[in-house]
Amino acid sequence: MAVSRLASSSLSKLLLRPLSAPPFSRHFSAAASDDDWTVLTIETSIPFTGHRIDPPSRSVDTTRKELLSFFRDMARMRRMEISADSLYKAKLIRGFCHLYDGQEAVAIGMEAAITKRDSIITAYRDHCTFLGRGGTLVEVFSELMGRRSGCSKGKGGSMHFYKKEAGFYGGHGIVGAQVPLGCGLAFAQKYSKDETVTFALYGDGAANQGQLFEALNISALWDLPVILVCENNHYGMGTAEWRASKSPAYYKRGDYVPGLKVDGMDVLAVKQACKFAKEHVLKNGPIILEMDTYRYHGHSMSDPGSTYRTRDEISGVRQERDPIERVRKLILTYEMACASELKDIEKEIRKEVDEAIRQAKESPMPDPFELFTNVYVKGYGVEALGADRKEVKAFLP
Amino acid sequence: MALRGLGRRISIGKRCFSSASEVEKPPRDGKPINLFSAINQALHIALETDPRAYVFGEDVGFGGVFRCTTGLTDRFGRNRVFNTPLCEQGIAGFAIGLAAMGNRAIAEIQFADYIYPAFDQIVNEAAKFRYRSGNQFNCGGLTIRSPYGAVGHGGHYHSQSPEAFFCHVPGLKVVIPRSPQQAKGLLLACIRDPNPVVFFEPKWLYRLAVEEVPEHDYMLPLSQAEVTRQGSDITLVGWGAQLSVLEHACDEAAKDGISCELIDLRTLIPWDKETVEASVRKTGRLLVSHEAPVTGGFGAEISASIAECCFLRHGLQLEAPVARICGLDTPFPLVYEPFYMPTKNKVLDAIKTTVNY
Repeated sequence: MAVSRLASSSLSKLLLRPLSAPPFSRHFSAAASDDDWTVLTIETSIPFTGHRIDPPSRSVDTTRKELLSFFRDMARMRRMEISADSLYKAKLIRGFCHLYDGQEAVAIGMEAAITKRDSIITAYRDHCTFLGRGGTLVEVFSELMGRRSGCSKGKGGSMHFYKKEAGFYGGHGIVGAQVPLGCGLAFAQKYSKDETVTFALYGDGAANQGQLFEALNISALWDLPVILVCENNHYGMGTAEWRASKSPAYYKRGDYVPGLKVDGMDVLAVKQACKFAKEHVLKNGPIILEMDTYRYHGHSMSDPGSTYRTRDEISGVRQERDPIERVRKLILTYEMACASELKDIEKEIRKEVDEAIRQAKESPMPDPFELFTNVYVKGYGVEALGADRKEVKAFLP
Repeated sequence: MALRGLGRRISIGKRCFSSASEVEKPPRDGKPINLFSAINQALHIALETDPRAYVFGEDVGFGGVFRCTTGLTDRFGRNRVFNTPLCEQGIAGFAIGLAAMGNRAIAEIQFADYIYPAFDQIVNEAAKFRYRSGNQFNCGGLTIRSPYGAVGHGGHYHSQSPEAFFCHVPGLKVVIPRSPQQAKGLLLACIRDPNPVVFFEPKWLYRLAVEEVPEHDYMLPLSQAEVTRQGSDITLVGWGAQLSVLEHACDEAAKDGISCELIDLRTLIPWDKETVEASVRKTGRLLVSHEAPVTGGFGAEISASIAECCFLRHGLQLEAPVARICGLDTPFPLVYEPFYMPTKNKVLDAIKTTVNY
């Protein structure tokens, strides 16, 4: 990411007040620079809150290039999820489908702070995390539609995206089950002493699963370089956090494990927190990051998302806290680009997404024999397509 | 859902444990409703007739993802119908504790695919509580409801049929209904049964299956299979959503002059071996069908038992090997679900092969 290449000579310190609904006064824009690599320092929307740890500074360094890439990447994710929604309704996507729109800043901010050698493991709301790890739109839509060119060869579907070469370990269907796995990944990383870490993501619903606490204890006991990222979108399926959690302060849930509460709608805050967390866990063992975020869609496609919360609440978040709009305002405030340029980016993205969908639709279904492959090393199965018992075959390595 | 051969129905007016003392009554009034509404009716009755009954699970307070618990919170209040956090192991353990104090805990696991975190509690705590305490304690009031099986496009984690795992556990009962009417009667029987019961509901049929269901309180006997269709050439055994597939296969086979006897097992453990055995003694052939993978499925137990008791005994014998038409030995697939499934044509093929053995 751009941060690693910033030129210290052109450092120019700027502060921005917390972003909110009122428009910005123009005088901020005077300090904007044309230079992609000029470092600006922007203050996060709200301060971090720490648990058993001193929180990092609110001032985050960024550049025009980085902010524009944040805008583009998040807008691409948003558009992708909206299109997945239509494809699902057109019955081109089957299975279960959980959309990430609203939470984009978490995936993007996290990527900005780490490298592809670090590992990420998440639950079933995984499309955007996969895209953040360098996955392509064609792979996403192909996988969603169960096509051969999907990232899991069309065998996984919406909940099971993986990208091994970029350290993306998926894509897990059972609530909370991925977190202990993440601790295992971190143990291997600690063992290999390669200074990499694992980000294990889970939702506020999963935060109440017992296995999470088992994993926490193990990773704290052995000082594993694992960051437990609670993406708190405030609803575990249809149940509001306060109905399901005695303490919705998820960053404090580790008790003996330090925690940090982060505005998950502010991409720069997420970046800052993840950078801080990575340094922390390499030295001291696990930490919990609670990302305060919001999903605009329902839990899954069968949930309209409006029965357990008000429409006003959703539109309120869209107006006040939307992660893309926040970056758009920053870019406009600093005159890094004009509104029409951003509109053009969005138009390009729309084309890009449509083109990816077109290509994905052309990709064929997996071969029928793929039903039997990957069950064991060399595949094992009963070829019982007919009822004739003589055709029953088994293959073992 | 076919109403053909719909058997005896048991009706009771007062709350009691299901037992041999129930009175059989002919079918009475009934409105056509679907399966989730039948479950909903049963839960209403269960809560109405027993102040010690509770319904809880993930999102059930809002009616549940399949609308099975709609209206229960309004009617019975948040103290008796409530949401739990997402923690299956916790739900099961909590339910066992509640039941151990003499209550009827009706817990919902949102999908049978999510029941595995609760597996330990169900298998080690619930099933063996009575036995290991020498009958001092039990959790007989426990019923765990969970939607199981394929739904056409559910993929890996919303389609599995885990019934066989629980059939390996003495102390549990496993019950699966095939239709709305059956669902209501069996669920009420399960809730009132003095043993812990795992009740799997065929989610494919929640909206699809519609039939007349009496509005009153009635129970259907557990551990009693039902012959839903009389025949003479081959016995077909299944449960849950698979019954309608088998029913269609029977119709097709009839066109070729093959007379199939169809049995809905209803309770998987303890299962009604006598009814199946009597049927196989008559037809000489057996086909078992379920959605779960063939290897280690409950069909294997039925096949082995029937081979034991019907192989060359009493002059009557099996005239062909037992056929098992089940899911393939693969994870439940996202694409090619129809290839995985024990479809009508696969069953029909096996009926013909078995009859012409």
